[in-house]
Amino acid sequence: MISLKELKKGLLTSLWFVFLTFPIMVIKVDPFERTITWRWHNAVYMAIGTFCIFFIMKFYMQRKEMKKDTQKDSNDSILQKTLLDTRKRNIFIGTVLAVALLFPQFVSSYQTNVMTTALMYVVLGLGLNIVVGLAGLLDLGFVAFYAVGAYSYALLNLHFGLGFWTVLPIGGLMAAFFGIMLGFPVLRLRGDYLAIVTLGFGEIIRLILENWGTFSQGPSGISNIPRPSLFGLDLSLGQAINYTYYLMIVFVIITIFVVNRLQDSRLGRAWIALREDEIACQAMGIDKRKTKLVAFSLGAFWAGAVGVIFAAKTTFINPASFTFLESAIILSIVVLGGMGSIIGVIFGALILILMPEYLRALSEYRMLAFGAILVCMMIFRPQGLISNIRRTYKFDKTNLKTTPK
Amino acid sequence: MMNKPILNVSNLTMDFGGIRALDSLDLDVNSGEIVALIGPNGAGKTTFFNCITGIYTPTAGDVFVTPPDSNKQINLKGLKPNQVTEKGLARTFQNIRLFEKMTVLENVMIGRHCRTKAFIFGAILRNAATRKEERSILEFSYHVLEKVGLADFANEFADNLPYGAQRRLEIARALATEPLLLLLDEPAAGMNPQETMDLDVLIKEISREGQSILLIEHDMKLVMSLSDRIFVMDYGKKIAQGTPAEIRNNSAVIKAYLGEEVNA
Repeated sequence: MISLKELKKGLLTSLWFVFLTFPIMVIKVDPFERTITWRWHNAVYMAIGTFCIFFIMKFYMQRKEMKKDTQKDSNDSILQKTLLDTRKRNIFIGTVLAVALLFPQFVSSYQTNVMTTALMYVVLGLGLNIVVGLAGLLDLGFVAFYAVGAYSYALLNLHFGLGFWTVLPIGGLMAAFFGIMLGFPVLRLRGDYLAIVTLGFGEIIRLILENWGTFSQGPSGISNIPRPSLFGLDLSLGQAINYTYYLMIVFVIITIFVVNRLQDSRLGRAWIALREDEIACQAMGIDKRKTKLVAFSLGAFWAGAVGVIFAAKTTFINPASFTFLESAIILSIVVLGGMGSIIGVIFGALILILMPEYLRALSEYRMLAFGAILVCMMIFRPQGLISNIRRTYKFDKTNLKTTPK
Repeated sequence: MMNKPILNVSNLTMDFGGIRALDSLDLDVNSGEIVALIGPNGAGKTTFFNCITGIYTPTAGDVFVTPPDSNKQINLKGLKPNQVTEKGLARTFQNIRLFEKMTVLENVMIGRHCRTKAFIFGAILRNAATRKEERSILEFSYHVLEKVGLADFANEFADNLPYGAQRRLEIARALATEPLLLLLDEPAAGMNPQETMDLDVLIKEISREGQSILLIEHDMKLVMSLSDRIFVMDYGKKIAQGTPAEIRNNSAVIKAYLGEEVNA
């Protein structure tokens, strides 16, 4: 049962929280009346609440420890187990695809639009997953590549009248080029230092777009960007929304296909080795410089391509769409979903983008809930929703068979 | 074949600020030999390894490698670690540095990286050439795992292996690069007597297949049992070289390890 020592610790924790929240929970200043109200009852609630939560947490942690001892693969979630079974996996993928294809027929165009946004974040997450999840390079300025893609389309369309389909690959390649530009100076950096520099890079791109008016039309942004075209057909607004949605579905499938193949390749293994141990990785004959640059540019490519789609979808872009918050959300998607895991990133994106949308009822507390969920994730499932499963190989003496998992 | 030198280190010097960690060191390894590098703690043995494998750039001196099929010497000085590995020196680490969240087999497959080519488009298109290459990587890696006796653990995560097995996996990973010379940095460190004995057998087996080996080791029993020749270092300088029997009776070596006898 609860020992005296734990009781003391719980009391101290609650006291500490009362102290921390004192200014916002207890003191209420009315600047007009020039009065201060002391709401002592709030401090009491805070103390009791923290005290209870302390013991609930303690209980959970203990149970988790016990589980770890008894059961080896307790970190496999139910979803993960489903995915390991080939037959179940095919049914699962089939169902998801069917739902995805029929989705716009049953819901309003608003819902379709929201879902398209979520799918865009799936691709962004998968792109960043290459950089952060596989190669282990913490990138806090990923939104810069997204901006590069979006502005590529907006500006090329504005000045040269290039269409969506022409710019889609160009936007991706432009972003990949910027990825290499960022990659070169940060080759030697790791961890926190890399994070700081990439953060700076993201801000630089945004500030350039905001202040170089003659180039990017500044904070007022660029409007009247054409939507994606379909063999020159004239689409109504509703049709255009559905079309963008299906376009995004196809794009997501292509991304999953490519990223999946990349991570099981020689290159993918080199990325993971780089993440695990940079020195050993070099000593085993992997060119660190090349591997890092490829990770940066391939990650950026997807962001650039999605940027083009984003510009086409919203028909208006300005620098305010590319703030640090976007980078943070994309990074949260990767971390929440599980670093290096494709399925994890997809779920991460859907949860993080759709949840705030449907939590609008709680509007003011939305970010609070968002934060709380992330904190809980870090405590209870630090490896993410779905931890990465490495491909395994089965060996016959005569015939090598590989079984992807 | 036997006495052809494959590694020639001459006049190797490494300064860290005002400290001379390596002082004009000469060392050579012949093809097929097991050579040991010993010395008290802090003598500069690991620094020597780091210098010849490109992790540090030596202040002065040269490191030459001679591939067996040619007589041309290649200077490794100033090359990056991955280039050195490509030229044929593969190493293990004193503190185990495995890729923990990769499977045992994948760890070895990483060793094949510098002998294969597939890149972005190969990975995405997965064409015939790439599939063939992947297959050859798999077969080679599995074969190496069999050799060190880890084939049964192929799909385990590397950090789930017992300590001795992790050490052997490091050796397997280095062997997968098909090195001219295998560099082992204290392979028996922290092993129990049984594991050390297994290691002794393993190294002899690898050596019998013609693999040249340079190892740093503190376990004297293992060193004496394995090596053809021994180099002894102290304070960054070479103080002795010779066969195990010669080293055992060398007064300079005894002095370095045990201190000088005081004459009253």
